[in-house]
Amino acid sequence: MALPKVKADATEALLATLTLPEGASEARQAALARVGAMGLPHGRDEYWKYTKPDTLTSVEAPQAALFHNDEGPLFDDVDRVKVVFVDGVFDAGASDDLAAEGLEIDLLADAMAADIHWVNDLYGVLETRGQVPVERPLAALNTAFATAGVAIRVTGKASKPVNLIYLHSDTGSDVRLHNVIKVEAGAEMTLLETGPAAARLNKVLEVDVADGAAFHHVRAQGRDHERRAVTHCFTRLGTESVFKSFTMTANGVLTRNECIIELTGDDAQAHVAGVCMGDGKDFHHDDTVFITHDAVNCESRQVFKKVLRNGATGVFQGKILVKEGAQKTDGYQISQSLLLDDDSQFLAKPELEIYADDVACSHGSTSGAIDDTALFYLRSRGVPEKAATDLLTLAFLAEALDEIEDEALADALRDRLEGWLGRHG
Amino acid sequence: MLEIKDLRVKLEDEDKQILKGVDLTVNAGEVHAIMGPNGSGKSTLSYVLSGRGGYEVTGGAASLDGTDLLDIEAEERAAEGLFLAFQYPVEIPGVGNMTFLRTAVNAQRKARGEEEMSAGEFLKVVRAKAKELKIDADMLKRPVNVGFSGGEKKRNEILQMAMLEPKMCILDETDSGLDVDAMKLVSEGVNALRSPERAFLVITHYQRLLDHIKPDVVHIMADGRIVKTGGPELALEVENNGYADILAEVA
Ligand SMILES: Nc1ncnc2c1ncn2[C@@H]1O[C@H](COP(=O)(O)OP(=O)(O)OP(=O)(O)O)[C@@H](O)[C@H]1O
Ligand SMILES: [Mg+2]
Repeated sequence: MALPKVKADATEALLATLTLPEGASEARQAALARVGAMGLPHGRDEYWKYTKPDTLTSVEAPQAALFHNDEGPLFDDVDRVKVVFVDGVFDAGASDDLAAEGLEIDLLADAMAADIHWVNDLYGVLETRGQVPVERPLAALNTAFATAGVAIRVTGKASKPVNLIYLHSDTGSDVRLHNVIKVEAGAEMTLLETGPAAARLNKVLEVDVADGAAFHHVRAQGRDHERRAVTHCFTRLGTESVFKSFTMTANGVLTRNECIIELTGDDAQAHVAGVCMGDGKDFHHDDTVFITHDAVNCESRQVFKKVLRNGATGVFQGKILVKEGAQKTDGYQISQSLLLDDDSQFLAKPELEIYADDVACSHGSTSGAIDDTALFYLRSRGVPEKAATDLLTLAFLAEALDEIEDEALADALRDRLEGWLGRHG
Repeated sequence: MLEIKDLRVKLEDEDKQILKGVDLTVNAGEVHAIMGPNGSGKSTLSYVLSGRGGYEVTGGAASLDGTDLLDIEAEERAAEGLFLAFQYPVEIPGVGNMTFLRTAVNAQRKARGEEEMSAGEFLKVVRAKAKELKIDADMLKRPVNVGFSGGEKKRNEILQMAMLEPKMCILDETDSGLDVDAMKLVSEGVNALRSPERAFLVITHYQRLLDHIKPDVVHIMADGRIVKTGGPELALEVENNGYADILAEVA
């Protein structure tokens, strides 16, 4: 079917500015063909009803000023392997040795050049699977044109987390990063991702979690007010495996985080959670989640909380698809927004689609203001209004933060949230 | 200490007058009780004094040691030494009881220009006071009032009062929902705070609490006014005969 003209034109315009790397793999060429066939997202697409994609698909990336404050780097006291990218370019000097017990870490370009078997078997593969039943052209665009990233193979219990640190130093940078991770049977790792990465970031993470393996993911997207990001996390879970992902977003004019999870082995567990803090009319944050249950006795949880003020917009699109035969599925989804004024808005589209009969799925979505009674109670004890509001705001976020298993990581994020609240309102 | 003159209050969003000219003076060191039929305006008086929104003062004045209460924010009134033990203590999911107490104590100290209490000192004090009120460590860790029984919530109010050491304490039906032993604990908690520099305004329906916390003065409130004031014997009269006689007498 031919694309509508607006789509075809926009797609052609952007593709004309991009070139595949020399000797591009079949995966990249196939991804390019997918983009051509799907066309880039357009404001009239149902999946982009609440989030305008035009600044993500434009030829030029809009400028984004850099954010500075005196808070030190996040997770600074966590023992971790640091892998630093500045505006999408690997910075060897700032990075640690790419080595830790239980982990094989390579730069994506090296891994692809060396024709590492597992990388070729994974790169673009989960992304391709994730294109059905909903198209995600920006992910395919990334697969075709990603310029950097890492390939991590987890062979045992990783001795420390890997922290991908994405620094932003050029106000016009337009970056596509692609990471592939294979967690082998019974292996375990924690991935940390921090920083804004660029003025405009398109990032894909593909994670294959084998039987009995565990993947933990904690991400803090940078606080540059004007940055834009579209990110996709594609994951496939084997039998008795665990996937837990948490994202904190504070600031950013546009963020669209998609998480596409396929539970393909029995007794697997997938938790995806996030908190977002937005201040101002130009803040727009979108969590889009698609979880497919295709095995027996799996559990999935989605817990998203957003704090929105001064006209900020939050979006949640979350779907649980339970395929025929995926009995004993336990699916839970909650998305809530705390609106600190009447100008802010939260748009939510929770969906369940169930083809098995023995399942327990629940979903809920709410948006509300600070509880006046609780606020008065705190103030009547002498807590000033702003401090009381902040305390209640952190309390609202607590359920999502509780999804992070590692207390030290959770505390580090809590500190940042307190800092953010201190600077806003 | 507390001086209320011809206080008139209506609901902000509704054309409903609730307090219709309340006059009340409580001196330092005194305990006053307010009794009165349901809906007569007792809780409203306590809320208006402590600064809750939703009400409009249409006349009169209220001051604490000369400070105009109606002119300052709820948190400022607290820092001035006013405390209300709520008739219905509020549950706050996600905020730990300890965090809440410590934030409150230090916020008041800061507002008064005093040094904040260190974590260690605070812990020591709160544990000792909690023990006296038979509030166990688990209750201190839980979110504020969440899952507390009715009696536990009331004891938690008294714990807050003991920690904050206010000079003017208003207790709104702190006895309701308490079993006999808890009533004793709470009364002991209150009596321990009695001092020549501190005053209490105890709202209650029952003589039982006043057996433990002996009032100097008893007021009867009806339809938004103090209609009768007397000594402790007035409470006994209400206990025995209800309000009918008193209301008929003042009508
Ligand atoms: N926010 C409100 N909205 C509507 N009516 C109110 C509100 N607050 C108070 N009232 C009304 O004002 C009157 C006084 O209420 P208040 O709670 O002060 O009574 P009370 O003397 O404390 O009664 P009780 O002994 O039952 O506790 C009642 O008729 C009550 O319904
Ligand atoms: Mg009342």
